[in-house]
Amino acid sequence: MELINLFVRSIFIENMIFAYFLGMCSYLAVSKTVKTAVGLGAAVIFVLAITVPINYLLDTYLLRPGALQWLGAEYADIDLSFLSFIMFIAVIASMVQLVEMIVEKFAPALYGALGIFLPLIAVNCAILGGSLFMQQKDFGTITEAITYGFGSGIGWFLAILGIAAIREKIAYSNVPAPLKGLGITFIITGLMALGFMSFMGIKL
Amino acid sequence: MATEKNNISQEKEAKKKEMILFLSSSEEKEHFLSKGNRKLLSDPLNDNNPITVQVLGICSALAITVQLEPAIVMALAVTAVMAFSNMIISMMRNLIPSRIRIIVQLVVVASLVVLVDQILKAYAYDVSKQLSVFIGLIITNCIVMGRLEAFALGNGVYKSFLDGIGNAAGYGLILIIVAFFRELLGSGKLFGFEVLGHQGATLAESTGLYALGYVNNGLMLLSPMALIVVGLLIWVQRARNRKLIEEN
Amino acid sequence: MEEKSVNKTNSNGYTFLFAVILVLVVASVLAFTATSLQPIQRENMRQEKMQSILATIGVETDRAGAQELYSKYISKEITLNENGEVVESRNAFDVDLAKELKKPVEDQVFPLYIADYDGEKYYIVPLRGNGLWNAIFGYISLKDDINTIKGATFGHLGETPGLGAEITKNWFRKRFEEEKIFDSNGNLVGVSVVKGDIDPSDKDDNKVDAISGATITGDGVSDMISERLKRYLPYFEKQTEIKVATK
Repeated sequence: MELINLFVRSIFIENMIFAYFLGMCSYLAVSKTVKTAVGLGAAVIFVLAITVPINYLLDTYLLRPGALQWLGAEYADIDLSFLSFIMFIAVIASMVQLVEMIVEKFAPALYGALGIFLPLIAVNCAILGGSLFMQQKDFGTITEAITYGFGSGIGWFLAILGIAAIREKIAYSNVPAPLKGLGITFIITGLMALGFMSFMGIKL
Repeated sequence: MATEKNNISQEKEAKKKEMILFLSSSEEKEHFLSKGNRKLLSDPLNDNNPITVQVLGICSALAITVQLEPAIVMALAVTAVMAFSNMIISMMRNLIPSRIRIIVQLVVVASLVVLVDQILKAYAYDVSKQLSVFIGLIITNCIVMGRLEAFALGNGVYKSFLDGIGNAAGYGLILIIVAFFRELLGSGKLFGFEVLGHQGATLAESTGLYALGYVNNGLMLLSPMALIVVGLLIWVQRARNRKLIEEN
Repeated sequence: MEEKSVNKTNSNGYTFLFAVILVLVVASVLAFTATSLQPIQRENMRQEKMQSILATIGVETDRAGAQELYSKYISKEITLNENGEVVESRNAFDVDLAKELKKPVEDQVFPLYIADYDGEKYYIVPLRGNGLWNAIFGYISLKDDINTIKGATFGHLGETPGLGAEITKNWFRKRFEEEKIFDSNGNLVGVSVVKGDIDPSDKDDNKVDAISGATITGDGVSDMISERLKRYLPYFEKQTEIKVATK
């Protein structure tokens, strides 16, 4: 029950885009067509669902104060938490590399479409954000971390899918010239975020 | 075998070039044409603003713009990280193996961010609590990586330093403008001071604007309004500066 | 990039060497700063904790002065178990509520601070619960009658600034002063944060006015207060018994 609650919260309420504005750069850059948006969204889900649990394990058994206790009592005082940013980003960068290789091998078309955005997932704030929020939320078990990572990925996917669909339609609309492109995308995202706020009271 | 290897490395090289092109995109041409270093500083404030024109670094920016104070601290932290990471990468630009370039950049940025974080925790504890996870997110702030790729890898140390300061200032400017409106309209305060008068429980107890029946717009404090305020800012900027208008 | 440098820097050996040197340099710089700054950071956290504990009994101080006033006014730190018995093995100040709350209730310990200020005795209970986004926490102090609240402080990890985050502000804290935690039938109900018709001057209704736009954070505060205070009930009952006996 807790897990479902966490899952729903991470998708709708604590949405990476609408509540925290994380991963906005690629969100704005890759949302012109639905097809590429879906590809990038799927890659983000995958990377988030892998990196959050890995970083959870790192944090629990290596980084946080007292984490090294399993090595022996004399290591209980060691606090390596200052290394967490670097460790997290290193895990993320290598996972992205892995995803890149997998996509290149099994879906060359998608690889071509995503092009340079794939390596840029490494600098997608949503991914690092997922790990940092995981650390702050202080999850008790790895299942919670997996659920959270997976849920936030889906939330991000939904957001980029939604905006891409709207942008495809809005290309035919008469938007004031200075608002075209970036400006209107921001405003629509704002309105979508307002819509997502209506999920806020939900508790399962 | 050898040719295969060659092909792969060529492919990689091409991809990197593409990446550099993406990150620098069109606005980079202006930098190459610009003569004075002053332009490096002033350009990002308007024509080449990292947020409203280059669309970089929105990620960690908007969540801390509810009040002016954290917005300014964030701007300063980003300035420090950007100026020094630009400088360090520029110093090492001929030494970095291009294959592990991205990782090297991430490591340099991440260590600078850790330094800033540790220093804030020790000497500005209250501020560091306010910024919480967002300080860590400077690492993946696309402005930092974007400028490293687009500028610091190909330019001298001093120029890169200025470029870092200039872009961070352009970023900070937007943060401060957004935070100004959100704090003023959302809670009627600036830096926590009640500039529009005091809102009492009843009309009679209120002073200033509130005595006339003015009410704070609580919506400004919520995240959607940050996006909409930035959207409106872009509108204003592009209406005044028509060459920035997008085709579609 | 120049053609020459690309060739030179692309060899495997060079890449490896570069990576090793970089990691060594970065690790030593970071380890040095982290270890040299850690004592200051820990001290900051301790002082902040003392500061919030003191604030609940009306002693406002800055971080630098917290240590001195804390040792002056806080006469006792005790750790209790579920049955209200004192656990000698645990130091109350070092108990991390975030960790305790994850354990089943029977394994948890409950820190309690007892203050002696201006000739009055106060019980200070640390709080922790969930707000809208993340954990919220705080301290609440009870007067000697173990019913009237002397004061409260709140903190949060990531509530919405301007809305939920306002729980840390003095005007919200002030609403709790003099409120009762037992209802008229003698049941422990805590203090609920409710929206709407509340008479702020009625101190016996177990209710305080909420922050508009922060309903969920407010509910979190109510839940946190009643949940935490209930755990101390066995201990409080003993205290009142003793008092009745001595009278």
